[in-house]
Amino acid sequence: MTVVSLIPLALLGGLLGLDVVSFPQAMISRPLVASTLAGALAGDTSAGLLLGAALELIALETLPFGASRYPEWGSASVVGGAIFASHSSRISGALTLGMLTALATTWVGGWTMVKLRRMNARWAAKRRDALEAGARGAVISLQLTGMTADLVRGTLLTALAYVILTPIATACIGSWTIDPQLSRSVVVAIAASVAGGAAWKLFHSTAGARWFFIGGLGVGLFLLFT
Amino acid sequence: MSAAPAPNTSNASPPPRVARLPFGTRVAMFVRLLAIQGAWNYETMLGNGLGFCLEPALRLLPEGRHSPAFKSALARESRYFNAHPYLAAVAVGALARAELDREPPERIERFRTALCGPLGSVGDRLVWAGWLPFCSLFSLGLFGLGAGTLTVVGVFLLLYNAGHFGLLIWGLHTGWQHGLRVAAGLANPVLRRGPQQIGRVAALATGAAIPLALGRIIGPGRHLIGGVLVAVALGSLLIVRLKDRIEGWRLSLVVLAIFVLISVIR
Repeated sequence: MTVVSLIPLALLGGLLGLDVVSFPQAMISRPLVASTLAGALAGDTSAGLLLGAALELIALETLPFGASRYPEWGSASVVGGAIFASHSSRISGALTLGMLTALATTWVGGWTMVKLRRMNARWAAKRRDALEAGARGAVISLQLTGMTADLVRGTLLTALAYVILTPIATACIGSWTIDPQLSRSVVVAIAASVAGGAAWKLFHSTAGARWFFIGGLGVGLFLLFT
Repeated sequence: MSAAPAPNTSNASPPPRVARLPFGTRVAMFVRLLAIQGAWNYETMLGNGLGFCLEPALRLLPEGRHSPAFKSALARESRYFNAHPYLAAVAVGALARAELDREPPERIERFRTALCGPLGSVGDRLVWAGWLPFCSLFSLGLFGLGAGTLTVVGVFLLLYNAGHFGLLIWGLHTGWQHGLRVAAGLANPVLRRGPQQIGRVAALATGAAIPLALGRIIGPGRHLIGGVLVAVALGSLLIVRLKDRIEGWRLSLVVLAIFVLISVIR
């Protein structure tokens, strides 16, 4: 890993971290997209998509309701996707470690978002007099400061997480002992369990949703086994 | 870029009313709506973002951007406000209309306060708990069916953002059309019945997408798939039971860490 190879990855993490809340919330930060983009940058787009799909199942649980604290998937998916894609020839351990590093980064990412929101409040307090006076410059600069800080947050988070977690992941993948099929099954069972729980939380209060779910499950299982 | 004033039929002094928002102003407001949460914080929440989005419209006040009227309107609109970021477009449109129509400040402030609740709860149910999971699961279903990278990612982004940008454009237009009477616009069937309908379709997509995505991630040689399906059913039940104690992603982190340790140590 060189600084030159780290910079585009960190910038991608910064841009996708920015998308989570600040700008433009077009969901390019969802794992399905973010991990695929990171995989493309690391040289294996399909591997990025595979991990992105597994992470997306877990991310279904995340509802970004205003003031609630939630994991930050944009930067985290870039870290996990890049680690997995750069070890995709040893898929058994790499898939597990890609997911684990993404989850660890998403945890820290959620914490950094809370810190950023508090910093935004402090910056707003410093400009209170100007804002109360209706100063156009104060309103615009506060908005731009918040977005810039979010971009820097995502970039630094991605760079640090990737630098710290890559050697650990590489060492673990190198000494992986569990059968590849079993490894993939464990990863997917965990991800799909979270998705199942999330689906219940989302739709259990919707009238008739359980019948739609059962119908869909029948179709899905039929297609899976045919 | 200039506003198109409505005909002034009286001889009284009030400045001409802005009958419609110029296209450039609408575009500026739309682009700023994408950044409405740029300075989100626990004190004023979306407040500064709301002022930021309204600023291009407030420039149309006849007195100009350096006037006391502009400054008091911008100060009023940058105070505490909370709503769903997409449906905040309704508030931006309605408040732009109210400010340019010179509604009394007390009325505008009451209106802002009244809008927060409905725009928050409807948006959360429609978008975060409905449209986003549906788009995500639909794309996961395509992934499970063997679609290529570009198809999966492209369909997800196009589908989701058709709803996202559509809601922003509709919200801005509806808010501007109705002004302080925007409650009529919020009676739109998509907002009233949408969450329920999208919830059903998303439940259907969930049922189909989970086994399909699971099959593709496991890959060839699916002799473990029966066991995985049983494990998923039990795991989902466990997560539902633990819902208030630990989130699924944290539990996954712990279980995966243990799994990695087992594989590396043994």
